[in-house]
Amino acid sequence: MSAPSPASERERIVIVGTGQAGVQSAEALRAGGYAGEIVLLGDEPHAPYHRPPLSKAWLAGDIEAAQLVMRSPELLEKKGITLRTGVRVQAIQRSARVLQLADGSTLAYTGLVLATGATPRALAVPGAQAPGVLVLRTRDDASAIARHFVRCAEQQQPVVVIGGGFIGLEVAATARKKGLQVTVLEAAPRLLGRVLAPMLCDWYAQLHRGHGVSLLLEARIESIEHDTRGHACAVRLLDGTRLAAGLVVVGVGVQANDGLAAAAGLECDRGIVVDACGRTAADPHIVAAGDCTARRLADGSLLRLESVQNATEQGKSAAAALLGQARPFSATPWFWSDQYDKKLQMAGLSAGADRWVLRGAMDAPSFSVLHYRAGRLIAADSVNAAKDHLAVRKLLEAGVSPTVEQAGDVGFNLAGLVGSV
Amino acid sequence: MTHITYIEPSGQAVTVDVTEGWSLMQAAIAQGVDGIVGECGGSCACATCHCYVDEARLAQLPPPSDGELGMLDNVAAERRPNSRLACQIKASPALEGLTVTLPECQE
Repeated sequence: MSAPSPASERERIVIVGTGQAGVQSAEALRAGGYAGEIVLLGDEPHAPYHRPPLSKAWLAGDIEAAQLVMRSPELLEKKGITLRTGVRVQAIQRSARVLQLADGSTLAYTGLVLATGATPRALAVPGAQAPGVLVLRTRDDASAIARHFVRCAEQQQPVVVIGGGFIGLEVAATARKKGLQVTVLEAAPRLLGRVLAPMLCDWYAQLHRGHGVSLLLEARIESIEHDTRGHACAVRLLDGTRLAAGLVVVGVGVQANDGLAAAAGLECDRGIVVDACGRTAADPHIVAAGDCTARRLADGSLLRLESVQNATEQGKSAAAALLGQARPFSATPWFWSDQYDKKLQMAGLSAGADRWVLRGAMDAPSFSVLHYRAGRLIAADSVNAAKDHLAVRKLLEAGVSPTVEQAGDVGFNLAGLVGSV
Repeated sequence: MTHITYIEPSGQAVTVDVTEGWSLMQAAIAQGVDGIVGECGGSCACATCHCYVDEARLAQLPPPSDGELGMLDNVAAERRPNSRLACQIKASPALEGLTVTLPECQE
């Protein structure tokens, strides 16, 4: 390798955020040949760790902290990436290309990756700020919930989960695994109604009820009550129902952390607006990746994805953009959720589906539901059916749509439509 | 502790003391072994911790689940009869001295 040029010695790319997108962009910069300094800033005290196990193995106490580690500080150092934890960025001074940090210091950059993630939405009801009302985003959040699980088990107090989305349902499943009494409150008529096929929403409701979860749909929350010590002790619904709770977990979605970008004059619309390559329109020195972004699609609409895949792909795109290369992220979106012994894997985007085709039987150990819009396959939800999931990903990438008869025939080899890969 | 030897894509052999119950993916990531990604954190959802298990000892491992077999369809490198996902292999005394070879690419 040749010695870095004098110019590159002065170059410094700063990455704000140590989650999947931040780490991915740092490593992609090095892999792409970037010879300047790379500084990874995180506001959490921990080195980069995997978030997906937080609501499952970590919450259940099945793994130790070292098993969550995504990249150790030593490994990052070996790759020439400087990790600074516990650092909060206060502001971006775009004209001077300087970050103002919360400790009063500044940090100059020649390139900036915003991978600031998202923050759980707060519940707008009286009492929602009380101790004992928790959210799950970070390792420390999950540890706090785990400690409350232990206390609830000891004192035989129930857990109330507000929000029947993926986080809420995974927490509920883990709580049941720990033998806790659990109620899930969902405002909509169905669980996961915006993402899954209606029949699968009902199937998930049955799955949780079958595991002993008390599930209330169309639940309207009036307030969270607290005891004399100020600790949350019950959730009260508008219909007068009062649910005692030793712990309330709120999982009602997230908000992109786009405040820094917005204050710096970058376009934000429920996320930092980026193109398919992770670039911001206003500043060639600033790119963004992961949960903090809203991606502008070719038709002008904005797409927000909150997933490991999105963070990984956008992280790579953002790094490439700072190296002057266009690497559009156009892969088929995929996502997964583990609840009990069921692995749900989703491929594609199901919005606007007008027909659903069941592949297999819903009382069988594995099956899939394929989403169609105007006669074409657009997405699939697979339960313990990784082969179907991967086949649909290949079909969508290839732009091939099986007939509904083929989709519904478990004997038909879907992947065969795009040949063997 | 179980000694597991990883052959990195460069051919370099790295031996790691793996705590019982840890997956071979977790141990490799913790030690900074090259050639393993583990994007999904060990959820058997991404197929980026693909490895080739020493064929002579393949039978000593608990067999792959249907979920793992399914995800093995998605590995980036060549899938072979001894292909496994490292996140699904837990260290145990039975695996002492096992060698796993990491493929040239994971994604």
